[in-house]
Amino acid sequence: MIITTKKPVEELLNDLRDAKNVLLVGCGECATVCKTGGEADVEEMRAILEANGKTIAGSFVSETCCNALLVKKELKNAKDALGAADAIVSLSCGDGTQTLGDQVEIPVYPANNTMFLGEVVRQGIFKEACRFCGDCVLANTGAICPVTQCAKSLANGPCGGSKEGHCEVNPETPCAWIEIYEKVKKLGQVDRLAALSTKAHGENVFPRTINLKDGTAKV
Amino acid sequence: MSNLQKAFESGKFAVTAETAPSKGIDLSHQVSIAVSLKDRVDALNVTDFQSSSLKASSYGLVIKLIQAGVEPVMQMTGRDRSRMAIQGDFLAAAAFGVENLLALTGDHTSVGDCPDSMPVFDLDSVGILNAATQLMNGVDNGGNALVGDAPKFYLGASLTPEYDPIELHLMKMKKKIDAGAKFFQTQGVYSIESYKRFMDLASKYDCYIMAGIIPLKSAGAARYMNKNVPGINVPDDLIDRLKNSKKPVQEGILIAAETIAALKEQELCHGVHIMAIGAEENVAPIMDAAGI
Ligand code: SF4
Ligand code: SF4
Repeated sequence: MIITTKKPVEELLNDLRDAKNVLLVGCGECATVCKTGGEADVEEMRAILEANGKTIAGSFVSETCCNALLVKKELKNAKDALGAADAIVSLSCGDGTQTLGDQVEIPVYPANNTMFLGEVVRQGIFKEACRFCGDCVLANTGAICPVTQCAKSLANGPCGGSKEGHCEVNPETPCAWIEIYEKVKKLGQVDRLAALSTKAHGENVFPRTINLKDGTAKV
Repeated sequence: MSNLQKAFESGKFAVTAETAPSKGIDLSHQVSIAVSLKDRVDALNVTDFQSSSLKASSYGLVIKLIQAGVEPVMQMTGRDRSRMAIQGDFLAAAAFGVENLLALTGDHTSVGDCPDSMPVFDLDSVGILNAATQLMNGVDNGGNALVGDAPKFYLGASLTPEYDPIELHLMKMKKKIDAGAKFFQTQGVYSIESYKRFMDLASKYDCYIMAGIIPLKSAGAARYMNKNVPGINVPDDLIDRLKNSKKPVQEGILIAAETIAALKEQELCHGVHIMAIGAEENVAPIMDAAGI
């Protein structure tokens, strides 16, 4: 899940300094779970913006904001509100905001900061889990990601900095490499840590695209 | 072949001392200390943005040392440079005659004085050693051949004898050796017993190990290090000695000297690496008191 947090209201109001009539678009997937783009969040945003002198031209929560065709359809349904609006506030992730921006001729402003790809540990608690490195090493590391869980993304084992099993960078967090080691020990796969590991960045030229149809996967 | 390599291979008890570049452009103090220690130590080891604090990089001071006729060990961390920059700096350093390299992962940027700097960590210590080995084999990280002679390096890395779990640390030690490390320097050693336990496990590897020596300045400093510096474990009896001493700095020098003498006597290391951390004038007195 893509984890988002709300931007400070002052920042958004500054972004909206030229806007009078605002269309609010929430997202029914990740942002709803993160409480940054669900129905309640859209209503909260409506109240905040109205209190600050804006008119709300309309609002809807899209099933998701990261699917271009779906967003196109939702915007078509909201044609009148879109016509009256001079700006959109996107209560979704950075992807959703860009997908919206591609479809309209007016400015789209993000209500959220997009933080990471993470796990819902439990309601309202999110933990970063994957940094999209494009070359997954979890098979060798007991399904614990060193790229993400180790503060230095070390590939070949721990730094010397852990203190009582905790990370030198985040003393609250266990050292990922010690956790990896304990896990592969349990799995009987300690030998999987032995090989030299170096991440190749050559394939990660942004923006990455994948085309399943014609096989021109560029990842 | 570097002095340091010669020292190890001839069976001599090797000594290196550590020095840090300035936060500024005046490196004359470091150079004069290095020159004064030149005949006492096998090499001067130059830190690279130690503790993630921005200073002149190790590269500049090692060149100054070479110009002053002192052999350096150039530290390189993975924190600030991509593999391209690391290999480029190694080639440039080799052009000035640098041979000894010490590969470190490096502290995280967030713990230093430039916390907004990007933590690079393109290569970790193992990756840096591997990159240096590739250069020695005449190719760069992209697999492209170097033009002309390949550089000759003597590669080192670090160890933390108090690391827990130690098997994990030994696994990484082995990876460092496989990637080209010939010598190691350790985190500061204070307990001969626990260091000996480490060496019982580590001595099976084919490499030279220099025990790290950090002279203690006071009981408070020792307690601070125990609490805050990973891998440091100063036993209580040493802290008491410092506390009860009227001249704790002298006591710290004495403790360092006793530690070196004991390590040497019991043949627990191939040399020592003295990290006086800003008090490099104490290196020679420590060596005198240790009888080395
Ligand atoms: S190694 Fe980590 S960052 Fe890379 S794909 Fe796997 S989980 Fe994601
Ligand atoms: S302490 Fe562990 S998790 Fe933290 S940076 Fe070092 S190896 Fe990574």
